[in-house]
Amino acid sequence: MAVVFILAFVAVASVLFHLLSPWWWTPIASNWQYIDNTIIITFWITGFVFVAVVLFVAYCVLRFRHKPGNRAHYEPENRKLEFWLATVTTIGVVAMLAPGLFVWDRFVNVPSDATEVEVVGQQWLWSFRLPGANGKLGTSETSDVTAENPLGVNKNDSAGLDDIIIQGGELHLPIGKPVKMVLRSIDVLHDFYVPEFRAKMDMVPGMVTYFWITPTRTGTFEVLCAELCGVGHPQMRGTVVVDNEADYQTWLQQQQTFTQMMAASGEPQTAQ
Amino acid sequence: MVNIPSSINDPIPAAEVEDVELYHPHSWWTTYVFSQDAKVIAIQYSLTAISIGLVALVLSWLMRLQLAFPGVFTFIDADRYYQFITMHGMIMVIYLLTALFLGGFGNYLIPLMLGARDMVFPYANMLSYWIYLLAVLVLVAGFFVPGGPTGAGWTLYPPQAVLSGTPGGQDWGIILMLSSLILFIIGFTMGGLNYVVTVLQGRARGMTLMRMPLTIWGIFTATVMALLAFPALFVASVMMLFDRVLGTSFFMPAIVEMGTQLQHGGGSPILFQHLFWFFGHPEVYIVALPAFGIVSDLISVHARKNIFGYRMMVWAIVIIGALSFVVWAHHMYVSGMNPNFGFFFATTTLIIAVPTAIKVYNWVLTLWRGDIHLTIPMLFALGFIVTFVNGGLTGLFLGNVVVDVPLSDTMFVVAHFHMVMGVAPIMVIFGAIYHWYPKITGRMLNETMGRIHFWVTFLGAYLIFFPMHYLGLLGAPRRYYELGESVVNPPSAHDLNIFITMMALTVGAAQVLFLFNAAWSLRHGKDAGGNPWRATTLEWQTPTTPPPHGNFGKELPVVYRWAYDYSVPGAPEDFIPQNEPDPENRSREHAS
Repeated sequence: MAVVFILAFVAVASVLFHLLSPWWWTPIASNWQYIDNTIIITFWITGFVFVAVVLFVAYCVLRFRHKPGNRAHYEPENRKLEFWLATVTTIGVVAMLAPGLFVWDRFVNVPSDATEVEVVGQQWLWSFRLPGANGKLGTSETSDVTAENPLGVNKNDSAGLDDIIIQGGELHLPIGKPVKMVLRSIDVLHDFYVPEFRAKMDMVPGMVTYFWITPTRTGTFEVLCAELCGVGHPQMRGTVVVDNEADYQTWLQQQQTFTQMMAASGEPQTAQ
Repeated sequence: MVNIPSSINDPIPAAEVEDVELYHPHSWWTTYVFSQDAKVIAIQYSLTAISIGLVALVLSWLMRLQLAFPGVFTFIDADRYYQFITMHGMIMVIYLLTALFLGGFGNYLIPLMLGARDMVFPYANMLSYWIYLLAVLVLVAGFFVPGGPTGAGWTLYPPQAVLSGTPGGQDWGIILMLSSLILFIIGFTMGGLNYVVTVLQGRARGMTLMRMPLTIWGIFTATVMALLAFPALFVASVMMLFDRVLGTSFFMPAIVEMGTQLQHGGGSPILFQHLFWFFGHPEVYIVALPAFGIVSDLISVHARKNIFGYRMMVWAIVIIGALSFVVWAHHMYVSGMNPNFGFFFATTTLIIAVPTAIKVYNWVLTLWRGDIHLTIPMLFALGFIVTFVNGGLTGLFLGNVVVDVPLSDTMFVVAHFHMVMGVAPIMVIFGAIYHWYPKITGRMLNETMGRIHFWVTFLGAYLIFFPMHYLGLLGAPRRYYELGESVVNPPSAHDLNIFITMMALTVGAAQVLFLFNAAWSLRHGKDAGGNPWRATTLEWQTPTTPPPHGNFGKELPVVYRWAYDYSVPGAPEDFIPQNEPDPENRSREHAS
């Protein structure tokens, strides 16, 4: 009897824990509400299956536990039952997968009006680059990285000369406008992770990765690194501020361009 | 000369498999140390795996202490913390779970359950163990070299694994780790080929493939998978070793490390991840399939009922094994690979849920209308069902590509994989030890200690990992030495971390009771007799217990029926051993 009680308790307590838990996702600050919705659908379907299976096991133990004289039923197969169970399972799987793939399609395809913002990771610091007046990011190479040019921006590419460089500072984004986060790393794997944005992606040296978001509320958000990048991994923090348009423009005017930075490169700018 | 029987149910004299005297060992060394007896090798594998597993257990305590009380234990600095998580993960996945299921249970059970005298290549089998032991020693050596073991995380992702920002990256740690993996794979291949050939060639007369116990199906399929998957890890290890030692650039693009341009260029870090997970995902099932097979037999024996839907169970094992080779990139949804891969890998991953769910249904339907004996193996089997269903279902979150995006690299992932490939298979390992210990030693494990061990382990492990999912949902990233002040680390999360650590210490302590029980029962356990669980399979029908070298004495058994003739209507007992002749040819092989 203790076994039956504890099994049933595990099922019920798990559901109660889910409902009463103070640990729940941070208030969302991007357009990826769809992701949260898909998680909710998945919780419902999987929660139902979990409770059903565990309670069924508890019932079996209650009803069919050994008593003297008992004998098990002999039934090697029941193809009809197996067929129906497989069918119902398939339907449940499709119910989770279909919305998931639908949302993934949106995640993969960046809206054409998205502005590019580059994030560069290095041990253990975040840097950012915004397109300048021409609206385009210049090319860059890890092999061009020097103390004066920490992001390796190509000096010979005129598109990059007006790029705005923020090394180790805050990134500001305007609210309500889609942004394509273009991700690079110059040493090891990193992952640009803002819990409130839901989206995240690894940054891989030697290639450029991306994800896109539309910030939906103003505020200051913490950037964490979500891919182990050495002993400094937990200290690799940054800040993203979502501004309204006016505040964003004010902030933007105060930033230095690549040309200005190169001109002022008398001071040392080495990473940690 | 041999009479070919007209039906597999006809009795056949086992003339061609006589027990040859030359075959037996003659000295203490060849009996107990350099033994070629699969049962001795199994015990050597198991004891080595459990010993190194205890190291991993202690490492898990240390990392939990750091997470609950950051800064209190000053000897756990960031370097050590990353070394602990790396070694814990690698030991548990490779050196404990893989070695124990295949090297331990595989060696002990394959010949016995199939009615064979031994593995087909006993000498290679012995070498397999000694190379495994060498791999373990090389792994452990990491703790004693300058710089300590590698702290790259068990996935060893380059470039950080071979750079100076990671403990052991520019010291000996990563070199020893990769060398140890290479040795392990060499040793495993010798054993694995043995298991496959023995299953295909060494079965007793009448033991058709579709009469094999599911334990053997699970171990057999897992071994085939391992033989196909480990080579990917092998080449990845060799290539990374070259990158580290010879300065090649397989996985190394142009890198500026701490302001210095490195002499690398053109390599691909993502290539390593593909190779690693091409091994790493099948690896999950290399651990899970033997557990699936063993737990099927535990449930069947202790519920005195045939396993429900045997043929479906066999096919589910085979299909899961095959599908697991086309899902690997679900570990890489946010790795930066072409995101269009996500459509394919999410679909294949969720398809695996169907055969896996069928297995779960068939386990619980085996309990239905059974005669459930709540023995300790049965309790562990029930614990397995609960934890496996829980961990399997959270896999549907992480497999569904877009849901994985917010959850990847968070504590949700840690909770998920510990539940599904840590706790669940370990439940089966314990169930299996309580089940087969009487055959191995001739004595029963103590029941009271066993029950305490089960309840503390099962409930404690559930209390560790179930709440941990919610830390991940909150957004807490994994592999953080300390989270410090963060929106994803409110004071309540800190309290939860303390609770989880307390549970981890408790569950760990319960394992001491288990070890004591295993040692104490060796002398003081109740005499088991040959077949204490009244089971049908061949290992319980040996003439003596523990079985001698050669397993079955003078004549090998002949098999007349499947492994699940429990509670057959009209039979005098509630089980009919597989080697019991059926004069009227009534045996139901499977559903007819």
